[in-house]
Amino acid sequence: MKISYYPGCTLKTKAKNLEDSALASLAALGIEVEELERWNCCGAVFSLADDDLIHQVAPVRDLIRARDAGADKLVTLCSQCYNVLARANKLMREEEEKRETINLFMDEEVDYHGEVQVVHFLDLLRETIGWDALREQVKVPLEGLKVAPFYGCTLLRPAEVAVGGGDRGAPHVLQDFLSALGATPVRFSAAEECCGAYEVLINPVEGMRRAGSVLAAAGESHADAIVLSCPLCEYNLGRKQGDIRAQVSGIPDIPVFYFTQLLAIALGLDASAGRFELNMASARKLLQDKKFVEAPATQV
Amino acid sequence: MSITILLRALDRAMQERVAEISGQNVYKCMQCGTCSSVCPMSGDMEITPRQAMLLIQHGLVDPVLSSRTPWLCASCHTCQVRCPRGIEVTRVMEALRQIVLRENRDMVNPREIPAESIAEMPQIALVAGFRKLTS
Ligand code: SF4
Ligand code: SF4
Repeated sequence: MKISYYPGCTLKTKAKNLEDSALASLAALGIEVEELERWNCCGAVFSLADDDLIHQVAPVRDLIRARDAGADKLVTLCSQCYNVLARANKLMREEEEKRETINLFMDEEVDYHGEVQVVHFLDLLRETIGWDALREQVKVPLEGLKVAPFYGCTLLRPAEVAVGGGDRGAPHVLQDFLSALGATPVRFSAAEECCGAYEVLINPVEGMRRAGSVLAAAGESHADAIVLSCPLCEYNLGRKQGDIRAQVSGIPDIPVFYFTQLLAIALGLDASAGRFELNMASARKLLQDKKFVEAPATQV
Repeated sequence: MSITILLRALDRAMQERVAEISGQNVYKCMQCGTCSSVCPMSGDMEITPRQAMLLIQHGLVDPVLSSRTPWLCASCHTCQVRCPRGIEVTRVMEALRQIVLRENRDMVNPREIPAESIAEMPQIALVAGFRKLTS
């Protein structure tokens, strides 16, 4: 079985900490993936207008390239890319009329019918290794680390593309993942809420209030950290956290990690694989305080 | 909120455009208010998602279009996952945005975004924002 990997734009620059920690972990786990030789931006948001097919072309083109590379699966890390690719794939599988129009328009490519399966990295771990086997691979159990699992929107909605393989009721993939690493997932009331998304561009005050309420809920859950898989959530909850704290009261100082960074550390990889310099400063410090990683030789 | 309904204000053509772009039948809405109660942005909306549905049912699309509601909607999809009538409310919000954007109006001007913000924002923030907020 061949697995293609689609990184998406943000993972090659601002979210290198998501990509590097994930790829290093996969190598350690012996799962082979191959980055698509050519790929383009998926569009970041799935087109919701019924009469707009042109915005489906970008993600479909990526799916076609995965199929042409001989892949059965296309794995992604960024929640937004996952959502767009999975929904475009579903459209190509199920909506005959739209599929035909798109295939006719893309006249240089061989027609696509949804042959590839789009999977998120969390589901790849769940399906190919499983949580029990992952637990056995853990070298540095994250004991005593209380983590708030943040799904946000695009890993869960709409239900047809939700990660977790059709779990009924509340999602628990992230919790299962964290437990396998030896960490303690906390009950977190805002786990499935929106971080404010692109509101930062048009309604920054309201967007900040939204992110603030997620952070306040994380504080109430007594978590040491938040984990997530979306660079936009990381921006709103992590990078902007100081600004939010300056304007909204009751916002905790809480590090935000990509789930793959905790994976890399738990697998005993060198801290450099986590690229923690791209997180807020408190992130690496928490891991050092908990003795999961050593302090860097030269403190910055 | 009080709205005076004048017969001549009912805009069936606009209502049809919402239906066409969204692919949703707004008459299925039974006004239960679930969408408004789960919407993370409704506290900031002068017209909540439920109210928007009611106004559109009555052909009063203009007041919704001139409110901030479609632009406060973050497309989180919570409303549509919870709607007991199976209405994809997020698509209705998208249709409202599209009606405005397709008149060649931009809600953000890329040139006005400070360079520092562009430098620190992840690409998906910008791409998603431009997709949702510019024509
Ligand atoms: S949840 Fe659905 S039925 Fe209820 S008010 Fe909202 S749109 Fe109408
Ligand atoms: S999709 Fe928009 S209207 Fe619906 S719950 Fe989310 S923010 Fe509110």
